Amino acid sequence: MIPPSAPAHAGPRVTRPPGALVIEIEGVTKLYKMGAETIHALRGVTLKIHRNEYLAIMGPSGSGKSTLMNMLGCLDTPTDGRYEFNRKNVATMVDDELADIRNREIGFVFQTFNLLPRSDALHNVELPLIYAGLGKSGRMEKARRALVNVGLGERMGHKPNELSGGQRQRVAIARALVNDPSIILADEPTGNLDSKTGEEIMALFEQLYAQGNTIIVVTHEEDIARHARRIVRLRDGLIESDRAVVD
Amino acid sequence: MRGRWIFGVLWPVGLIVAALASGGWLVGWLAKADPWLVSLLGWTGLGAFAGALLFGILDYGWGVFWPELGESLAISAAQVRANKMRSSLTALGVIIGIVAVTLMGTAILGIDAGVEQSLAGFGDDVLYVSKWPWRNVQDWWNFRNRRDIKVDYADAVNAMIAERPEGPLTVAVPSVNWSATVLRGEYRVSNVSILGTGSELPRLVKSDMKEGRFFTEVEARGARNAVVIGFDIADALFPNESPLDKTIRIRNQQYTVVGVAARQGSFLGMFSWDSVVIMPIDSFARSFPIRWADPMIRVQVDLARLDEAKEEIRSTMRRVRGLGPEQKDDFEINSQQVIRDQIDPIKANIAIGGFFITGLALFVGAIGIMNITYVSVKERTKEIGTRKALGARRRTILLQFLIEAVSICVLGGVGGLTLAWALSAGVGALFPSFPVVFSAALVVLGLTISVVTGVLSGFMPALQASKLDPVVALRYE
Repeated sequence: MIPPSAPAHAGPRVTRPPGALVIEIEGVTKLYKMGAETIHALRGVTLKIHRNEYLAIMGPSGSGKSTLMNMLGCLDTPTDGRYEFNRKNVATMVDDELADIRNREIGFVFQTFNLLPRSDALHNVELPLIYAGLGKSGRMEKARRALVNVGLGERMGHKPNELSGGQRQRVAIARALVNDPSIILADEPTGNLDSKTGEEIMALFEQLYAQGNTIIVVTHEEDIARHARRIVRLRDGLIESDRAVVD
Repeated sequence: MRGRWIFGVLWPVGLIVAALASGGWLVGWLAKADPWLVSLLGWTGLGAFAGALLFGILDYGWGVFWPELGESLAISAAQVRANKMRSSLTALGVIIGIVAVTLMGTAILGIDAGVEQSLAGFGDDVLYVSKWPWRNVQDWWNFRNRRDIKVDYADAVNAMIAERPEGPLTVAVPSVNWSATVLRGEYRVSNVSILGTGSELPRLVKSDMKEGRFFTEVEARGARNAVVIGFDIADALFPNESPLDKTIRIRNQQYTVVGVAARQGSFLGMFSWDSVVIMPIDSFARSFPIRWADPMIRVQVDLARLDEAKEEIRSTMRRVRGLGPEQKDDFEINSQQVIRDQIDPIKANIAIGGFFITGLALFVGAIGIMNITYVSVKERTKEIGTRKALGARRRTILLQFLIEAVSICVLGGVGGLTLAWALSAGVGALFPSFPVVFSAALVVLGLTISVVTGVLSGFMPALQASKLDPVVALRYE
């Protein structure tokens, strides 16, 4: 249940028409060898994700949800099947090519924030731009703008341990946004936050979606998933259902 | 960006060429090979290394390298600051290694400088005609029966020089040498080298007078008791006054001091003008037996025509000694090179021992660095996963941990150089006679060794870090 007092839902709920195809997955399988046992994490998943979508991926643990997310995030490659990202074949890419895709096309938001503990907010947000090879002044400019965009313009010089959980996640979101990626991939983004802060983060996602970002949230919470416009449910390595959310 | 693979081929090639050339340079330098070849190898190594560096950066990606380098340096600095104790203990191994390297280098350079300083007093361009060769001989009986060298051979050589002034010889001076006690009132110095020679000696010797003058030709011919004394002798006999025109006593003869030689310094008991008394050869003959006083003829020659000079001395000596064409030389023509040749094995032994100790110390230091880098990789596995998710490539992670290892090594290197500098300064202060040389070349060598140690020891853990699967690394707690 969403508390009626939550300010994030005071505004109108925007739904934009899907744009160009970003992700196309067809018949993707993933096998893991655990000793003598072979685990079928994905058994043939077919999925299309377009620009301007707000998608939630759900499923109980062991459903292949995490494996699919790693695959979508180009952290992992499929054992078999086709995966095209912006019409480029990702399935056969080598490590460094995948790193480039992750750097330019994907913004990660983790459950545990994964900020560098000894660096301030600004440097954490700057990091993807360093790997993109941007000059110092350009990096500062973009990182500042991203932090202002998530409402942390006043906290740029703070280290993670000087920030609250919600603020840390905002830094992580700014870091995900800073390189203008094609998709933002959030893995249980509210999992380590209390429900009020979690709602604030989901409100931020709503705002980012309205600004024209494509968002994929992986979660096992119905409340969180309901913020999305489309929910894909996994079970036993297969897509169980793929439906639009109706208000 | 097409054709970038060529950089990936060029930088390892450059590195291999650099390694081979600098190896050749080191061997050539130690073996004293043709200096032209040695410097060619040195510059080739340097050029190849610079090329390898440039192509390496191009292969890495010029635009990406510099920001990532800055980031890696910042991470290293933060790591060292956060783990001060751990970093300094690890650096200690390298510090010991670098101290060993520099002290060894200082010792070798010091011996070199000491020998040069001692030999400088004689002049490089003097040949010595004597009965015995200056090297060690096994068949001493062959030399023992040679006829003695007579001091008037010098006149024969000088006569020949007068005939051929354009020849390779300049001047010849006889000299004899005996050890005796020198007295002045209550003061006495024993075991002083008494040198009997001619008034032309200053033409051969690269040493100045501190005060006074050398004895004149008239004094020499008249066998006057006029002497020139070395700096240390003057210091010992006349602690608080000028020795000029004062009298000293040697073997119950009175001698007047006409000059004091400038200070030369001494090294490991080698001959030094500082502890010598020089007198005319005829005055010498009154007190000492010339025959047994190691008579020799010192001949100054034109170094550019050394072989010709030796040949000319040889033929003059053979003529003077009346040797037939079938007879072998019964005299020896010596040069300072012989002394240098005897010092070289000592230097080589120090170098070999030093290399061994240094290598061992650096090896232990390198293992420490490797270990700490492994620990660092393990501790920050999750961070590596995060960085990879944000787009860090394999080489980015590799560079990061390599630079971390190199940073600790360079810190150790700087510490070691500082310590070695302090130690050699201390040795120099305690033993002023031992010439301590701490050169810029040693600093460059020490820093190069630290960087190479860092790269070698950091490489394996850094490679392991770079190959981490991002999925596994992100899940690591």
